[in-house]
Amino acid sequence: MPQFIARRLFLLIPVMLGVVLVTFLIVRLIPGDPCVTMLGERATPAKCAVFLERYGLNDDIFTQFWRYLGNLFTGDLGDSIRFTRPVTTLIAERLPLTMELTLLAMFFSTTVGVLLGVVSALKRNTIIDTITMIIANIGVSMPVFWLGLLLAYFFALTLKGTPFVLPPSGRFSAGLSPINLAEFWGLEAPTGLKGFLVEFMSNTVFINVIITGDWKLFWDALRHLILPAVAVGTIPMSIIARMTRSSLLEVVGLDYIRAARAKGMTERRVISKHAMRNALIPIVTIIGIETGSLLSGAVLTETVFNLPGFGTSLVSAILARDYPVVQGFTLIIAIIFVLVNLIVDISYAYLDPRIRLE
Amino acid sequence: MKTTNELPQAAKARRRSPAGEALRHLLRHSSGRAGIIILTLLVLIAIFAPFIAPYNPTQILKDQKRRDPPCVHLLGCPKEEQQHLFGMDSNSRDLFSRVIFGSRLSLQVGVATMAFAILIGTLIGAISAYAGGWLDNFLMRTMDVLMAFPSLLLAIAIVSILGTGLINALLAIGIVSIPRFARLVRSTVLTVKDLEFVQASRAMGASGMHILFKRILPNAITPLIVQGTLGIATAILDAAALSFLGLGAEPPRPEWGLMLGEEKNSIFSAPHLVIFPGIAIMLTVLGFNLLGDGLRDTLDPRLTRAGK
Repeated sequence: MPQFIARRLFLLIPVMLGVVLVTFLIVRLIPGDPCVTMLGERATPAKCAVFLERYGLNDDIFTQFWRYLGNLFTGDLGDSIRFTRPVTTLIAERLPLTMELTLLAMFFSTTVGVLLGVVSALKRNTIIDTITMIIANIGVSMPVFWLGLLLAYFFALTLKGTPFVLPPSGRFSAGLSPINLAEFWGLEAPTGLKGFLVEFMSNTVFINVIITGDWKLFWDALRHLILPAVAVGTIPMSIIARMTRSSLLEVVGLDYIRAARAKGMTERRVISKHAMRNALIPIVTIIGIETGSLLSGAVLTETVFNLPGFGTSLVSAILARDYPVVQGFTLIIAIIFVLVNLIVDISYAYLDPRIRLE
Repeated sequence: MKTTNELPQAAKARRRSPAGEALRHLLRHSSGRAGIIILTLLVLIAIFAPFIAPYNPTQILKDQKRRDPPCVHLLGCPKEEQQHLFGMDSNSRDLFSRVIFGSRLSLQVGVATMAFAILIGTLIGAISAYAGGWLDNFLMRTMDVLMAFPSLLLAIAIVSILGTGLINALLAIGIVSIPRFARLVRSTVLTVKDLEFVQASRAMGASGMHILFKRILPNAITPLIVQGTLGIATAILDAAALSFLGLGAEPPRPEWGLMLGEEKNSIFSAPHLVIFPGIAIMLTVLGFNLLGDGLRDTLDPRLTRAGK
């Protein structure tokens, strides 16, 4: 197992370098004068000279890449042109929300998806199976942002006045905001990695609540995230449901399951102890692949629910041509995606020992 | 005379063309059949859009109120009011006409991006498998890097380089779809290229091009058709998403994703503006997904049939 992990980590190096190269090239590939593109109407020759000097765009491309790589290792992603603040600060502010949304959506899609898939497989060729699979087929075909809008309409307007009403926009109710941990701990504006972590933890509600005990904020934030998470999780949920069904049906037909039944095991035990364990292997892979769809979905859903997360910031940065932000955010998302897939590969090898020997 | 005439006919009856045979199987497959029905209707709507739509999709009807809910005479809307099946949008345009014309764009978008991705992907995959060595390594690592980004987000990043607009959005979606096809073609070529029938062709003096195009690549057609059909569904969703974010199609084009993006704030006051374009996207994507599933089950006997 350690060998397997080491080999996977080693294989990661070229991919990571490629990812860094691609994000580096985002800014350099823009046609035309980078200064005019980014500063727009404010671009005067004098300002441009300062701009090019400041962002080091006068040097040759290799020097630039080398410096970019060096800066990355010191945790410097440059400054946002629009906000004149470090990109890393923006990440610490915006990433936690998207992370929470993605995790919640992943939880929803896995639990509901596996449940639907198992029910469907056990009740194969009945009306329950047909209905479940129709739901799964429709779920996979719905635009995330459209589902989000419909959910907002139904839960905020149709159910208004019932206990099931849910907020259609924003991250917290008016007047609520997370307690800043730097103040909570009495720290004097920490900088560097420490500053980043403190800021990041302040904005991550489920970490914040453990430290500060502000449960009111936690429940409020959770209520705001339910609809977005369902919208984001529906496509992966449908895919997981279909995968669970076909994977379980395949396993149920194998000899060892017949043997388990023959020795008089209850059906419940046969499914939960024997069949599910093997059926889960492909499902784990799907969860890894679907992380990409969850992250993309989060970008779209944040726009629908007015959530100040990674996605809304990325889109507004593109429209405002704030390239350092585009660059930094794309890089972070790719790194998260690659790491999740690494974890999936490792757990896959853990579940199925044959993979390790490949 | 009679016997000689009967023979070829009998042979004809038994040996249908491969495409006809596939279609017959597909129509027996429940989701394949549903997919074909939905898509046939959509193609007909797209072709006959000018005859179905009562108005020009970009025409502003000044005498009509903005965001008017649907008015259908059959459903009890007073006869003196003008009929608008899906209501009016925020710019006083007939939503029904816009949704009908949107079918043209979405079908074109899906097919064009996939044609592009399949063409380039096949080329890269074939070159990679055929050449081997450092070129193979280089091309495949490049594909790995492209796949290291969530596809829609990479498309967004590419649009940020190329600039917003429908064509650039399509190009971006096409580029992020390439790796899937490149890998597929590469693995097919690798499996097939040393098989006996290819060696036989080589021994008979066929040129490299002939072997690649006539002997090897036909083996990749089936999986390409299946993946391509499913890919069209994804491409339509992604294109709608980019337009929704304001990075794709520009107003006043009747693009479904753009219509949703423009009207997203009307969801509470005029939900019909959001509901109808969304249903249109969903049905189109559903059609391609069902057809893709059907094709996978009927065309590719090697794949598991458990998912049927």
